Amino acid sequence: MANLTLVQSINLALIQEMEKDSRVLLLGEDIGLNGGVFRATEGLFQRFGGDRVVDAPLAESGIMGTAIGLAMGGLRPIPEIQFEGFMGPAFDQLTNQAARFNSRTRGGVTCPLTLRVPVGGGIHAPELHSDSPEAIYTHTPGLKIVMPSSPYDAKGLLISAIRDPNPVIFFEPKRIYRAFREEVPEDEYTIPIGEARTVCEGDELTMVSWGATVVQCMNAIEKSGKSIELIDLRTISPIDMGTIAHSVNKTGRCVVVHEAPKTCGLGAEIAAGVMEHCFLHLEAPVQRVCGFDTIMPYYKLELDYLPDAQRIGKAITETLAY
Amino acid sequence: MPVKTVFETKIEHVSILDEHGNFDAQLGEGLVSDDDLVAMYKHMMVCRHFDEIAFKLQRSGRMGTYPENRGQEVPSLAAAYVLEKKDWMVTCYRENSGLFWRGLPMEKILLHWMGDERGNHIDECNVTPLAIAIGSQMLHATGLAWSSKYKKDGGIACTFFGDGATSEGDFHEAANFAANLDLPVVFVCQNNGWAISTPTKLECSAPTVAQRGIAYGMDCVQVDGNDLFAMVKVIRDAVKNARENNRPTFIEALTYRLGDHTTADDARRYRDADELAMWEKRDPMIRLRNYLEQKDLWSSSKEEEQLAEASQIVSEVVKNAEEIDAPTSNDFFDCMFTELSPQLQLQRQTMRTSSLGQDSSQVSVPTQEGAVQ
Repeated sequence: MANLTLVQSINLALIQEMEKDSRVLLLGEDIGLNGGVFRATEGLFQRFGGDRVVDAPLAESGIMGTAIGLAMGGLRPIPEIQFEGFMGPAFDQLTNQAARFNSRTRGGVTCPLTLRVPVGGGIHAPELHSDSPEAIYTHTPGLKIVMPSSPYDAKGLLISAIRDPNPVIFFEPKRIYRAFREEVPEDEYTIPIGEARTVCEGDELTMVSWGATVVQCMNAIEKSGKSIELIDLRTISPIDMGTIAHSVNKTGRCVVVHEAPKTCGLGAEIAAGVMEHCFLHLEAPVQRVCGFDTIMPYYKLELDYLPDAQRIGKAITETLAY
Repeated sequence: MPVKTVFETKIEHVSILDEHGNFDAQLGEGLVSDDDLVAMYKHMMVCRHFDEIAFKLQRSGRMGTYPENRGQEVPSLAAAYVLEKKDWMVTCYRENSGLFWRGLPMEKILLHWMGDERGNHIDECNVTPLAIAIGSQMLHATGLAWSSKYKKDGGIACTFFGDGATSEGDFHEAANFAANLDLPVVFVCQNNGWAISTPTKLECSAPTVAQRGIAYGMDCVQVDGNDLFAMVKVIRDAVKNARENNRPTFIEALTYRLGDHTTADDARRYRDADELAMWEKRDPMIRLRNYLEQKDLWSSSKEEEQLAEASQIVSEVVKNAEEIDAPTSNDFFDCMFTELSPQLQLQRQTMRTSSLGQDSSQVSVPTQEGAVQ
């Protein structure tokens, strides 16, 4: 057991899976000697060599497309796209190729790969380094999408993703890469993909979030003094609607919190799911505390954009008062 | 400081058996055995007949859109002839002759164009399904070659694409990855003159497409793509370079699309009839047949026999494709993932997406009774 940050936990999971399975290799920009721009792959090049930790040319479609070929060739590649804002060039290979091969070949080619991508705002980064595009990929059938909110979950979910025979996007909330430490077991463990975690129990209101905003939700809940059940999705796709519905049927109220823009964000999907499964139990309309339907601003204004404990707190008060 | 030349290059064009029947014995003698030549000619006849029948299936409403392969039989066949079983052939959609030579059951290609994904489930040989998104497959080939190098299994990857595909970013990324990472890839551009209605000169303003590979530091060569001998030679050289040196090669095979882009296209709208007539004389099968007949390896009676044989083979293939069991809607759910999420299971089971349609307990809520069936 060690007290690790989220990025250290990711590093540990990568090391352990690479030691266990020689089919696992990493490719991405600056992941070798440099250890990745966030140091997620620190020390791996030295430990496993340049054949398994590969500094790729600066070409996201190339990284994604060759990772598909590596997976088709029987390996377990872990491509990294340096920031979520640079997923654009890889979009075609990710959504039209990786996501479709299993269906296209009726089970002949499953594309087992784990795409690691740092995601989200709050670190004073330049343009296109702070977005939250998870809903775009959730709307793409054929991809699994995971986003941890803690060091413990990061290791268990990443190991599950690497071992999953399907393509998985592993979004890493960069705002909490080093925000806090947590006990992370040295022994291997997995956290199942597709299962949400109830962070704290409560009976007045259900709050649903994932990634870095889980931390903001915890702050808001603490400040509110109310009995609120917080659900951390952990897996965004497939979404664990059962856990959400079970909770909302108990509390009758639901607030969804995410960094991504409101319109057609995951909050809309969750609200629709709550409508379908909890209609007769609802005491208030489902509320969404999200990023605005604007471009993510440069960092001087990023905190105005991102949901924080104050905005979440207002939604708690209003939803409870309805 | 004087200006000095820091790099010079050239592109060679390889031709062994030209359209007039001239044969370069020095390059061509012993390249392919007589038996193999005859076998490949016979195979081309089967492929040509398959192409005609596929066209007719589309015209008679028995199959969807189909891209004729006519005139482009040689490049992929030469590659399939040279490649070993452990190698990968990664194609777009005008490489039937090579895919069939490699062992892909012919009905799978028909199934693909009949709108049936089962045509893409390939266990028989190391080939990938037809790539519809132009240029997407070159990166997969590069990754497959990379996996062979990583696993040290001695395999290489040979990928096919058109002249238009070399305008796609994925071509440039694949070439750059293959060259920089020392990967055993053979890039074969079938320059057939046209990207649907766009002529090659609007895709590439350089004198040759082949020279596009030079910028990435790989060997590049142009070849008469309708010349089986020349194609076998350049593919053999490129495969050797890949297998022994882990180096990629770019081959520009000059050929011509004798048909329309697909059955949904009408090339008369944009293509000069004289150009087509000129290329019809360069049909790869004409020169090969003449060569074989001159060497007394082929005759009109053999041609007739083989036509009958081709007709029988293709009839059987069409029968197999048309008589396959109808697919069910379960199929498009079952291969989304290796295991289905509860949501997908529910959609599959109920064939409904509305929650009241999916959950009978919701429908039986008293106030809703009778309202929803």
